[in-house]
Amino acid sequence: MTSEGISGRDDRIVQRVQAAERAALKWFRIKVALVWIGLVATLVLVLYLADEIDLEWTATWGPLILDGARTTILLTVISIVLAVMLAVLGALGRLSSNPVAYGVASLYVSLVRGTPLLVQISFLYLALPQLGVVIPAFESGVIALSFNYGAYLTEIFRAGIQAVPAGQREAAQALGMHERHVMRRIVLPQAVRIVIPAIGNDFIAMIKDSALVSTIAVQELLWRAERAGRQSLNSLQALLVAALVYWVLTIIFSFFQERLERRMARGDR
Amino acid sequence: MELGQVVVRATGIEKYFGDHHVLRGIDLEVRAHETVMLVGRSGSGKTTMLRCLNFLEEPTVGVVEIDGVRVEADPLHARSRRHQEQIRQIRLRAGMLFQDFNLFPHMTVLQNCIEAPTRVKRVPKREAVATAERFLEKVGLIEKRDEHPSRLSGGQKQRAAIARALCMEPKVLMFDEPTSALDPELVGEVLKTMEELAHEGSTMIVVTHEMSFAREAADRVIYLDEGRIVEEGPPEQVLDAPREELTQQFLRRFLRDTGA
Repeated sequence: MTSEGISGRDDRIVQRVQAAERAALKWFRIKVALVWIGLVATLVLVLYLADEIDLEWTATWGPLILDGARTTILLTVISIVLAVMLAVLGALGRLSSNPVAYGVASLYVSLVRGTPLLVQISFLYLALPQLGVVIPAFESGVIALSFNYGAYLTEIFRAGIQAVPAGQREAAQALGMHERHVMRRIVLPQAVRIVIPAIGNDFIAMIKDSALVSTIAVQELLWRAERAGRQSLNSLQALLVAALVYWVLTIIFSFFQERLERRMARGDR
Repeated sequence: MELGQVVVRATGIEKYFGDHHVLRGIDLEVRAHETVMLVGRSGSGKTTMLRCLNFLEEPTVGVVEIDGVRVEADPLHARSRRHQEQIRQIRLRAGMLFQDFNLFPHMTVLQNCIEAPTRVKRVPKREAVATAERFLEKVGLIEKRDEHPSRLSGGQKQRAAIARALCMEPKVLMFDEPTSALDPELVGEVLKTMEELAHEGSTMIVVTHEMSFAREAADRVIYLDEGRIVEEGPPEQVLDAPREELTQQFLRRFLRDTGA
């Protein structure tokens, strides 16, 4: 314990230490920003010196490629929503004591996680017609992406459901609630809060994985960039634009995702 | 308060966890308006006994009857629909309070209180809200009705949990060490609420380590050791002049450890 006079001086020291820490953090961030700017500027300069930056080209073909971003986002949004629904069912199956439900869910997860997404996409679009099942390209893409991500999210949801304290279920049961009611009203809402950050992560990952459906001629970002590149004989320019658009999209959604995550962490738990 | 009919009757309760014999033939009767406290060392089986009464633990053998609903332990068919429905009928009649409260964190205090009445008992919402407000008033939390549990202190959480249990209008309230997770300065408000309930004639079964509370509020104290009832009787007998050697040892050790 310090006397009052000394603790008065301590206060000033504490404030100065805090100010120094804040300043150090600020300088660190500024320096990181400078490093980013420096690296990107170097890249642009190299391309410029190699005469590979062609603004006229971008003005002509850019809008066509950018239009693909709409398809990419639409594809991703629909697929992530379906994936989450599949994941809830999958997780309930994986936690079920019913052998049929457990068997179906575990086979689904094993099969989908054990095969490449690219194979799944091709199978739906190229192999199924041989069995008389013809699914248009966009729909094939949606099905493949949602089943694939649904399998990974199944495991995340399962972990989320198991992370809800056992006491929650017991309290609900002790009030006389039916199993189904306990799951739907008490356990799942809490599990969803736990897994929302993971869903956000997967959404961002899916924006990039959706490029794989360009292989079955869904006219999304990458497909259009490749097309434009071939037609104009300038694939470097075209892929550069596509990469930039993916990058910007992920930055935008990461920003929202981080905010959501922070809100969830703060939330009423 | 005059004791009434038998509300809870448990007969021949045995419980194994694997090879571990936790309860060794327990018989228990609790009458209306009676407050019974279960005491004993940790590991004596008192919490398991309480959880067997509403089948949060399925007894290995035995019968539980609460307010006329009789359920026989059936560990081999514990998941059968008929058995689960019988258990649910028992649970509707027995309110349970937990050591760590187990309020639903994603609901407000009021929503916690009306969830089961409206969706399990199908009480109209307006009526359920009125009942909930009455009980929240009673436990002194009416001004917290729209708060989430995370905004409440431990003592407030436990009182909210009591209000939630009361909203189901149970025939018996079962408390599993309701103050063990609380900071010492918050224990009093919960015990006070429980004492009021006891005085108003609620039927209660309480697992507790609070000996002075047992002395004041219990009609009957049951001392358990290694899954058996060693001694039972009014608190002044069991806690102040125990006949059994085991009870005497327990109380000596307890007084030494707590300095109470």
